[in-house]
Amino acid sequence: MSNTVMERLPANAATRGTLSAGRRIITSPKYAPVLVTLGLFIAMFVSGGVRYDNFWSPQVLLNLFVDNAYLIVLAVGMTFVILTGGIDLSVGSVIALSAMICAKLLEAGVPAAGVIAVTLVATSLLGLGMGLMIHVFKVQPFIATLAGMFLARGLCYVISEASISINDPFFVSMASTRIPLGGSASITISVIIALLVVAIAFYVLHYSRFGRTVYALGGSEQSGTLMGLPVGRTKVLVYVVSGLCSGISGVLYSFYTLSGYSLTAVGTELDAIAAVVIGGTLLTGGYGFVLGSALGVLVLGLIQTMISYEGTLSSWWTRIFIGGLLLVFIVLQKVLTRRRN
Amino acid sequence: MSAQLRNFTGSRIFWPVVILVGLVIVDVIAFPGFLDITVKEGHLFGAPIDILRNGAPTLLIGVGMTLVIATRGIDLSVGSIAAISGAVVSALLLNSPTPDNPWTVVQAVGIALILGFILGVWNGTLVAYLKIQPIIATLILMTAGRGVAMLITEGQILTLHSKPFEWFGSGFIVGFPVAVVIAAVVLILTMLVVRRSALGMFIESVGINPEASRQAGIRSRGLLLGIYAFCALLAALAGLIITSDQTAADANNTGLFIELDAILAVVIGGTSLMGGRFSLIGTLVGVLVIQTLVTTVYIVGIPPVATMVFKAVVVIAVSLLQSPTTNEKFANWRKDRRRPTPTKAIEPKREKVSA
Amino acid sequence: MTQVLSPVDAVVDIVGVTMEFPGVMALDCVDFRMYPGEVHSLMGENGAGKSTLIKVLTGVYSATAGDMHLAGSKVSFSTPAQAQDAGISTVYQEVNLLPNLSVAENIMLGREPRRFGSLDWRAMRRRAAELLEGLNLDIDPGSLLGSHSIAIQQLVAIARAVDVNATVLILDEPTSSLDTDEVAELFRVIRTLKEQGCAILFVSHFLDQVYEIADRLTILRNGRLVGEYRTEEILKIDLVQKMIGKEMASFSELEQRHRESEEEIAGTGIPFLEAKGLGRRGAIRPVDFSIDEGEVVGLAGLLGSGRTEIARLLGGIDRADSGTSEVNGKAVKLTSPRKALSKRIAFASEDRRGEGIVGDLSVRDNIALALQIERGWYRPIAPKRVTELAQHYIDALNIRPADPHALVRNLSGGNQQKVLLARWLAVAPRLLILDEPTRGIDIGAKAEIQKLVFNLAENGMSVLYISAELEEVLRLSHRVGVMRDRHMVSMVENDSLSVEDLLALIAEGSEDEDEKDVVA
Repeated sequence: MSNTVMERLPANAATRGTLSAGRRIITSPKYAPVLVTLGLFIAMFVSGGVRYDNFWSPQVLLNLFVDNAYLIVLAVGMTFVILTGGIDLSVGSVIALSAMICAKLLEAGVPAAGVIAVTLVATSLLGLGMGLMIHVFKVQPFIATLAGMFLARGLCYVISEASISINDPFFVSMASTRIPLGGSASITISVIIALLVVAIAFYVLHYSRFGRTVYALGGSEQSGTLMGLPVGRTKVLVYVVSGLCSGISGVLYSFYTLSGYSLTAVGTELDAIAAVVIGGTLLTGGYGFVLGSALGVLVLGLIQTMISYEGTLSSWWTRIFIGGLLLVFIVLQKVLTRRRN
Repeated sequence: MSAQLRNFTGSRIFWPVVILVGLVIVDVIAFPGFLDITVKEGHLFGAPIDILRNGAPTLLIGVGMTLVIATRGIDLSVGSIAAISGAVVSALLLNSPTPDNPWTVVQAVGIALILGFILGVWNGTLVAYLKIQPIIATLILMTAGRGVAMLITEGQILTLHSKPFEWFGSGFIVGFPVAVVIAAVVLILTMLVVRRSALGMFIESVGINPEASRQAGIRSRGLLLGIYAFCALLAALAGLIITSDQTAADANNTGLFIELDAILAVVIGGTSLMGGRFSLIGTLVGVLVIQTLVTTVYIVGIPPVATMVFKAVVVIAVSLLQSPTTNEKFANWRKDRRRPTPTKAIEPKREKVSA
Repeated sequence: MTQVLSPVDAVVDIVGVTMEFPGVMALDCVDFRMYPGEVHSLMGENGAGKSTLIKVLTGVYSATAGDMHLAGSKVSFSTPAQAQDAGISTVYQEVNLLPNLSVAENIMLGREPRRFGSLDWRAMRRRAAELLEGLNLDIDPGSLLGSHSIAIQQLVAIARAVDVNATVLILDEPTSSLDTDEVAELFRVIRTLKEQGCAILFVSHFLDQVYEIADRLTILRNGRLVGEYRTEEILKIDLVQKMIGKEMASFSELEQRHRESEEEIAGTGIPFLEAKGLGRRGAIRPVDFSIDEGEVVGLAGLLGSGRTEIARLLGGIDRADSGTSEVNGKAVKLTSPRKALSKRIAFASEDRRGEGIVGDLSVRDNIALALQIERGWYRPIAPKRVTELAQHYIDALNIRPADPHALVRNLSGGNQQKVLLARWLAVAPRLLILDEPTRGIDIGAKAEIQKLVFNLAENGMSVLYISAELEEVLRLSHRVGVMRDRHMVSMVENDSLSVEDLLALIAEGSEDEDEKDVVA
């Protein structure tokens, strides 16, 4: 009798060959979107090389990291939030705010290390505030982080309406130092930091109780509670993580632009959300990988690069392509999760 | 306290109205002529008129957003739709040999509105038929929409020279700015249609209990589709007013963040983001609170750019006031306060006990 | 009620437990015992106090009075966590696990093995594999929980519960969504655990399953203990009778009228609705069903017997995947509530709050809702007319408070039920399907609703009446359909039918059903 039950199990790897294991991965809401993204990235890179001269160079690939280091970090924080089924609209404004805090404090002569510490603490506290609003006061994430978005952007203006440039030697060196990777290829320190953040986030999500609770929250908050997991604390903490990541992202952004300006990074939250979704994280939470989000950022970067190589296509096509990709991935997610129900 | 007054203080728009009145009082103290309205060449001018005019696009979108939110939905794409509609009308007028011909303008406006409607049908299809969460479904158009607007304007800020079209932004009808009249007419018509027909009841019913509504025979898919289309249509209309007011279509900035202002206005007005009962008057109050706040910040002499901070404070204050946690605490506190009253009645007994 | 084991050996020993809610006595001085290595079944209909007892046992509720001993020592739980720590684990009907994580994680989460502060995935998989093997389950611990059937997810939940603690395992309606093979697999696991000395509380509304797996059973009714029996010592028919009990209230006047009218009406015989082979996989096996104009057909059966499921198919709430239906001889497809309503078939759900009332709307809007939907949004009923309509039903059905503008969610259950009835009556249906219309409401309102059904039928309306109370079904119905295990076992004319006859049918089915139980 037990055999008849078992035979109907699609996931019984012991009795099925690798072929079905492959099928399982392709139709799994956990892996399928990431694989699609990876395939997309490779296809785009290959077709770019076929289409344009000088496209297949290591530096083109590395520049994706160089130009989008801050976005990778931002997407990492957003991944934590979206995995729990929440959303953080404040991240774009927080980038501007932390770049602004950096610029202002450096202008006032505070040493670089202190500046960065203050910035990260400030943005983490902002995340904590939003997390508490969401958990303690049951305010919807959308509204709570909308308030955070307004607050951060408003504080930028309060600090300074005009753009402040950064001349601090440490920041300047971070901006200009290139780490050679053989040949003419090189990366910036920001890239190292971004990759480090991705690695830490990966470790936290997959090898810590906190990380597994993040996934549990996205699966079912009620089940998580019944299983005795620290649901409330985790819910608040993901917004702190997102705040911290936005802060780091803002610091990297100021390395990149060497200035603080209140109108920068408007709408970056949309890029971050798009990168996370395209990277295979389910917007309803529970499924996704931080590596996928990084891959999502690279896809967005690649779209931009290809459009600039194309020459005749204007930059606004980027948004349209991103919107189209979003549609494809959201419908894909819908199809994959509907099969389960 | 009369019953009516008690009804009002218990209603959801009580606090927003208090905030609005408070803001106006601050303004009058800081700037005694705040409420003055002057008549120049038969047209009304003054701070209150400015508030109304600047709030008109937000109100238009807020009306549609209220209905969307009442069905447990949300529409993030309204700002992008406004930008697209502005871009379309500008492109059409700029490419027309006769931009000053009222018929040309009517055609261009008509096309922009129809396009807005179609975009709404798209949103509605994703939500009602593909059953994609509204916040996600409308995020797609929010992201792609500005790209489409840029495509239409070819990345330029299109400056308009069309007298009939400028009338939308700067004209007057019996003394009032056209934008205000349009917004008022839309608000009143929507209220009439929604409350005089059974539409309002259907929308609330679907928002409160979708399954009970289905069993009672409501076809919610058509209803949702229509509401998203209506909301997008109003967003397109708002886009036209903004474009006309600025006599330019700026794909990047037309209607930027207006979805957030509109959602904020709806929430301030007492319509819950969880759907169900809605109040269009509440949304009007919400829009007025936001616009008065912006004006107040300006009048009091705080740099106008700091408005965002005040908006944040309002969002936080309103969401904490409406939070179930706060209400529970407040109810407990009131219960604790009420308790001493009966003990007074049995005071003699207590004396006995203490003696 | 012979008891060979002494209370000292009991792993769970509850004496005189009482649970009082404002206005309701959910448990009234109930004794309950479980022994190691036994499968114990808790039996009772809605409102019997089953779920309350489970909640007391698992620390969700703190009992108002009574003592609980666990393995000889006195305990009192104020949180579920305490009960869990003490060795009481629960697996619910809806699997409370995480479909997006692996089987291994679902078993181990909260007690994950760690190495150097980080999760030790290999140890986790190994431990999970051991546990699954211990239960003879061949499930890949690395696979995603959501990729498995509900049955397997339930077994995983059991594995988790066993690992947390294996003293007492509560299985709350574990089989309600499983098919025969899956139930067999579950029972195999239950027997394995039993051999390991675990005390298992098995709650199910499937009688055959209870008789197959349970060693002893405790019967509750209306919050009171009816008795504790060895399964082999109690006949099914006695069990059902003890679960359902007898209603004491007298409705002699109504009964009188019923008997009189039966002679007039019984002959009409114009069929209104006829369904052939109507069924839905996993919900109800194909049934033939017909109802005449002015006829009241009752459905009798225990909870989960399929009585609600067939009503939902006829009301267009769920879509049938087999069979055909005819209304007045013309083929119809009852694919949505709206379609059914257009054929003048109205369905009043047993889930008043979830599927019936629209809580934040007023009484008058709730009453007018279906009628208004039928007319379309563009043809509003004049507000004055709506208020009149509401007032009419408030008076006719005695709805309290008699305020058309009161919000429905503030009304009592009985009054909400009347509002719901008014909504359906307002659309003047030809067939009214009432699923447990009298559940959880006071005796006065019950009598009023029954009287109403009677009058409606007299005026030519067909009524399909579902109730857990057999007296009620017998009192009102011209014919009674008997349901058991998702199947209509027979359809009988209600002439001089007694409660005992019905009980026998519910317990044993008709003669062509399984013979093995008809030993009595």
